[in-house]
Amino acid sequence: MSTAAQAVETRPNYLNATYGIKSWLLTTDHKRIAILYLISITFFFFIGGFFATMIRLELLTPAGDLMLADTYNKMFTEHGIIMVFFFLIPSIPATLGNFLVPMMVGARDLAFPKINLLSWYLYLLGGAFELYAIARGGVDTGWTFYVPFSSTYAHSHVVAAALGIFIAGFSSILTGLNFVVTIHRMRAPGQTWMRLPLFLWSNYATAIIQILGTPVLAITIVCVALERVLHLGIFDPKLGGDPVLFQHMFWFYSHPAVYIMILPGMGVVSEIIPCFSRKNPFGYVFIALSSVAIAVFGFLVWGHHMFVAGESLYAAMMFSILSFLVAIPSAVKVFNWTATMYKGSVTMRTPMVYALGFIGLFTMGGLTGLFLATLGMDVHVHDTYFVIAHFHYIMVGGAVMAYMGGLHFWWPKITGKMYNELMGKLAAVIIFLGFNLTFFPQFVLGYLGMPRRYYQYPPEFQVLNVLSSAGASILAVGYLLPLIYLLWSLKYGKDAGPNPWGATGLEWTTQSPPITQNFEETPIVTEEPYNYGRMPEATYVAE
Amino acid sequence: MSEHIVPRRIYVLVWVALLLLTLLTTFAATVDLGVLNGPVALTIACLKMTLVILFFMHVKYSTRLTWIIVLAAFFWLGILLTLTMNDYLTRHFLNYP
Amino acid sequence: MSQSDNLATMPAHAAAGNHGPLQHHFESLEQQRDASSVGMWVFLTTEIMFFGGLFLGYLVYRLSHFAAFAAASSTLNMDIGAGNTIVLICSSLTMALSVHAAAVGKRKTLLWMLGLTMFLGLVFLGVKGYEWHEKYVEHHIPGPNFVWHEENNPALAAERHAADVNPGETELFFSFYFAMTGMHAFHMVIGEGLLAWLFFKAWKGAFTPAYNTPVENIGLYWHFVDIVWIFLFPLLYLIDRHH
Repeated sequence: MSTAAQAVETRPNYLNATYGIKSWLLTTDHKRIAILYLISITFFFFIGGFFATMIRLELLTPAGDLMLADTYNKMFTEHGIIMVFFFLIPSIPATLGNFLVPMMVGARDLAFPKINLLSWYLYLLGGAFELYAIARGGVDTGWTFYVPFSSTYAHSHVVAAALGIFIAGFSSILTGLNFVVTIHRMRAPGQTWMRLPLFLWSNYATAIIQILGTPVLAITIVCVALERVLHLGIFDPKLGGDPVLFQHMFWFYSHPAVYIMILPGMGVVSEIIPCFSRKNPFGYVFIALSSVAIAVFGFLVWGHHMFVAGESLYAAMMFSILSFLVAIPSAVKVFNWTATMYKGSVTMRTPMVYALGFIGLFTMGGLTGLFLATLGMDVHVHDTYFVIAHFHYIMVGGAVMAYMGGLHFWWPKITGKMYNELMGKLAAVIIFLGFNLTFFPQFVLGYLGMPRRYYQYPPEFQVLNVLSSAGASILAVGYLLPLIYLLWSLKYGKDAGPNPWGATGLEWTTQSPPITQNFEETPIVTEEPYNYGRMPEATYVAE
Repeated sequence: MSEHIVPRRIYVLVWVALLLLTLLTTFAATVDLGVLNGPVALTIACLKMTLVILFFMHVKYSTRLTWIIVLAAFFWLGILLTLTMNDYLTRHFLNYP
Repeated sequence: MSQSDNLATMPAHAAAGNHGPLQHHFESLEQQRDASSVGMWVFLTTEIMFFGGLFLGYLVYRLSHFAAFAAASSTLNMDIGAGNTIVLICSSLTMALSVHAAAVGKRKTLLWMLGLTMFLGLVFLGVKGYEWHEKYVEHHIPGPNFVWHEENNPALAAERHAADVNPGETELFFSFYFAMTGMHAFHMVIGEGLLAWLFFKAWKGAFTPAYNTPVENIGLYWHFVDIVWIFLFPLLYLIDRHH
């Protein structure tokens, strides 16, 4: 053990400031809460991954021979619920966001530290309900809970699962609330809106969506629960109710929810690309405002999930046009990231590999979204594997890669340690290759007509399905590797120092790991948020 | 955030207005106004809400951020209602062939 | 769940703490008060969207099933509804007056006003309970026991044009009636809890002209719940009262 590593351990920081399980479970330090979240969502990620494994195993053969059809329904339902509500929605905001938002505004903590801790406990409580539902036999409605199946006819543990999501939704709302108030009211002196790092703009936009959208999901779940338990027939056609109303209410949240899942990732990429290109972000204002534009426009397009559900043709046309428009701010970001790299000095460190993977895969996913926004095309590919491939390109190829990139970028700051760079890049490449092998065949499958949520399929689809399952196994290896080498780095990693990447941002001006109150004195911001032209080179040299 | 202390007189005046508007809306419901019954009731309710928001909830004396938040909340509620009704009200307007 | 919980740990007269009510991550009491006010408003925004979903469903069905909604609505007692509305408006007045009392440092007035607000809220809930019981007696609670036609009361049936409308759609109205007033009542109960906590803190002398943010913020919550009822009353009780 080098003296540098010893120096990290003995110097006071937020990790060693207090000891004992109570000091963690009752902490109000946003950095510790971020770590608590990191552990919990990693746990749920692997649970969701287990269900994905079951799906891909079943789909190795055309016949439904691994499990019953009802069981398969539960597999994809639980995979969706866990991955969406217990991994993707909290992922970056609750981990990196919690850790970095106060530091990036120069504050000592978020506006409401106790509410932040409450948010984590609510997340756990929701997760407990979800695990209970799984343990008792699972839910088979699909993560979308469509009525009247979920409200009337399903025999599975709908209420427990829905309650878990409801509670986790409040966790999400509280996180968003905390971020909005912090960014509005706790910025350091001199830190104007146009001096905020792009990661903050993205998290701010995300927080707006969490605040405005999640409550509608909450009331929708309440209505389903009321219908199921008390027979208050709100969507019941026998009483004159409309099941499509459920879909309106559900997708009013669940479409903006996908922007909750991707916007923080875009913020991460906006931090990584300039750093590893040694160049300021091109079009800072456009990237910043495009985040807000996505947040606002994202609320106007939900009907594109309902083109074939029975909504009026006129409404479908409006939603289709609006869905095309919402792609524009995302495209603006992709152009700006690319322009940032142009004539920059690019180094391919692990975070950069993830960020570049993000740009390519997110672009593919986003473009295929335009296919789905086209009314005629959607009639053909709705409820097929085309849709599944589309959203996995964005959610896994995009959001998860960005999450991994962010984790690797800020790991030195969070832990004070460097991970093995070769392992980092290796895992990133394995993930990239495994991902494409898993999901690209699914575009073809969907276009050829293979429906989603089916546990059996015609034999001519088998080759593509086998390719997809093979890719999934590679992807699994890719995800397990960071678990190993990141944990390994905690004990054996090199001392990171305050700024191994030579990055801009208030968080990099502190020691690694930071002290509990983040800054000895409140910083005063006098410069623009990025000045890579004048930054010293990265101090970290990979071994 | 304002230190402004609203005089109690204002509260009492608003309270009286709210009571009168309640009586008004109850009475108006018993009069046949045709298609206007609904809009009249909603208008009176909106008026009452505005009084509560501006005076009881101090928004009249609050920061610009508070105003933005309140307006944004109603705007988003408007999105929910408008775009959904956009479907329901046109169900028979343009039919699938 | 209240924005003010985290402010409660540092009463104004804390002997050990050297900041009093100022929490360590804020630069000043001003910033703290401002932040918690913004926090409460953001929370109320989530509540607007939450209730908004119910209002959406109500709007969709009222337009498509107007006759049934009107008929079902006229089985509610309009005078009781109006009276309850007035009760709640009075409680908003007393809540506003309690905020005023806290701001000028009048502890006894604050306690009286908080107590009155709580009392009026309880009156409202009591009346609501009575109304629900009436609906229970009339078999108007949705579910397996729902009966629209008042077969054993032909006069009532005739008065309410019972035969004209679709019973299922009237059951739909009552689903919304119970969902909306139930959700509202639930929020009132939470409000009563918050007021009780405020009363307790006020009794201990926690609120001064320099620090009374919890009173303000819980006041905001209470007024919001009042506003929800301001809409529920005409929408549920006054659909079609001119026949």
